[in-house]
Amino acid sequence: MSSPARILSADDVARMLKRLAHELLETNHGADGLVLVGIQTRGVPLARRLAAMIERIEGTEVPTGALDVTLFRDDLGSRGPKPIHPTDVPVDLQGRTVVLVDDVLYTGRTIRAALDALNELGRPDRIKLVVLVDRGHRQLPIRADHVGKNLPTAYGDRIRVLVADVDGEDGVVAEEVSA
Amino acid sequence: MTDWLPHIPRLISIEELDTEQVTAVLDTAEQLLPIAQRRRGSVPTLRGKVVCNLFLEDSTRTRLSFDLAAKRLSAEVINFSAKGSSVSKGESFKDTALTLDAMGVDCVVVRSGSSGAPLQLAGYLDVPIMNAGDGWHQHPTQALLDVFTMRRHLGDLTGRRVVIVGDVLHSRVARSEVQALKLLGAHVTLVAPPTLLPPAVQDWGVEVARDLDEVVADADVLYALRVQRERMHRAFFPSSREYARIWGVTGDRVARMKPDALVMHPGPMNRGVEITGDVADSDRAVITEQVTNGIAVRMACLYLLLASHPPRVEPCVPPAARTGEVA
Repeated sequence: MSSPARILSADDVARMLKRLAHELLETNHGADGLVLVGIQTRGVPLARRLAAMIERIEGTEVPTGALDVTLFRDDLGSRGPKPIHPTDVPVDLQGRTVVLVDDVLYTGRTIRAALDALNELGRPDRIKLVVLVDRGHRQLPIRADHVGKNLPTAYGDRIRVLVADVDGEDGVVAEEVSA
Repeated sequence: MTDWLPHIPRLISIEELDTEQVTAVLDTAEQLLPIAQRRRGSVPTLRGKVVCNLFLEDSTRTRLSFDLAAKRLSAEVINFSAKGSSVSKGESFKDTALTLDAMGVDCVVVRSGSSGAPLQLAGYLDVPIMNAGDGWHQHPTQALLDVFTMRRHLGDLTGRRVVIVGDVLHSRVARSEVQALKLLGAHVTLVAPPTLLPPAVQDWGVEVARDLDEVVADADVLYALRVQRERMHRAFFPSSREYARIWGVTGDRVARMKPDALVMHPGPMNRGVEITGDVADSDRAVITEQVTNGIAVRMACLYLLLASHPPRVEPCVPPAARTGEVA
């Protein structure tokens, strides 16, 4: 494995989040009815930051939540035991637009699990997907509504989104895994 | 924040676990508790997995608890008990095991009156084995649900004082409990009639007290063991009244405990013997909470054990193709 290459800086990430907040507000015609649900773990701080930006732009406080999809995955036993993080969505989803927020969109399997997990919590009017990085290689017919950056990668590459709340700094790095 | 947990390939004895593994069970159970309490719906985690409850000794609550735990995770559950099965026709333990293997079960939960039966089963099967109580030996999920309950009330158990009183000799709960508490750094004191203390208790690394009244005031938890009449084939103490007076968890004794101290019991209780009815029904007792927590802890164990094993995939090849013969 070669040393990680930094693809996006903290400033790049900040600009992307700002644009994503504007895009969300534009397609939703404002902040009404939105609830931002971050997928554990890095989607959660990203959702909170998007909500903070929306509040700054629109002056509306948007509820945020956290969703853990571990119990809804279909690959039990093939990745070893994974920790289960809290699921906490503090509002009734009925009649709302849920915006799922995640750091990297890859095979689409996490989002498939997230849709099942959301289904257990309620019946929103619509569900949208926002990701910071889309790196391709989808295995399921899933796409994001808003993407921070498309990063075409080799299947074996590792793309890591760093989030200050978890990793101490913002950014996107690539780790090439030699074949 | 780590993104992985230690593997737990089987749960036969707390002795096989380290602190990290016990903590993984407790942390996982914490997240599963809302599902166990039915504040959240069931989850599809074990969909398509077959969990077999192999109960060769009578049990109501443990079997029901495992049954519910597996179902809340969407596993298919088959129940196999000694009564009314081929075991009562004299089938050997090994043949029962091989039959379960041939039926393609993904996990076996075993309860047996014979110490060592789960270990023996693990020798016959490649799937994860979970001990639901074997003879006098171990009852690991009971110990884990107990320390889970203690941790929820008291926080970190390091340095906490737990007094276990009663029939330690016949108690698989006590054996597992002491080991789990020691892994979490708690201080354990055993109080028992001299006839109901195991001969090698000095090797357990715990304190042994003769008088319950001397140790209740400092205890954070007072844990009453059940008097196991079914395992007593001779007189170990003069009478139930005498036992209740000297080793019973009574209102008088509980009144001298610290204000936040807990009273626990693994159930089923002999009210009026090891614990009085008024204590069992008081706010100090967390005995019904132990039952609900037991479902969450068993869910956590099922999840961790099955996640530690690669999925059981049967090759989809007709027998003729496998041997190269033409039917």
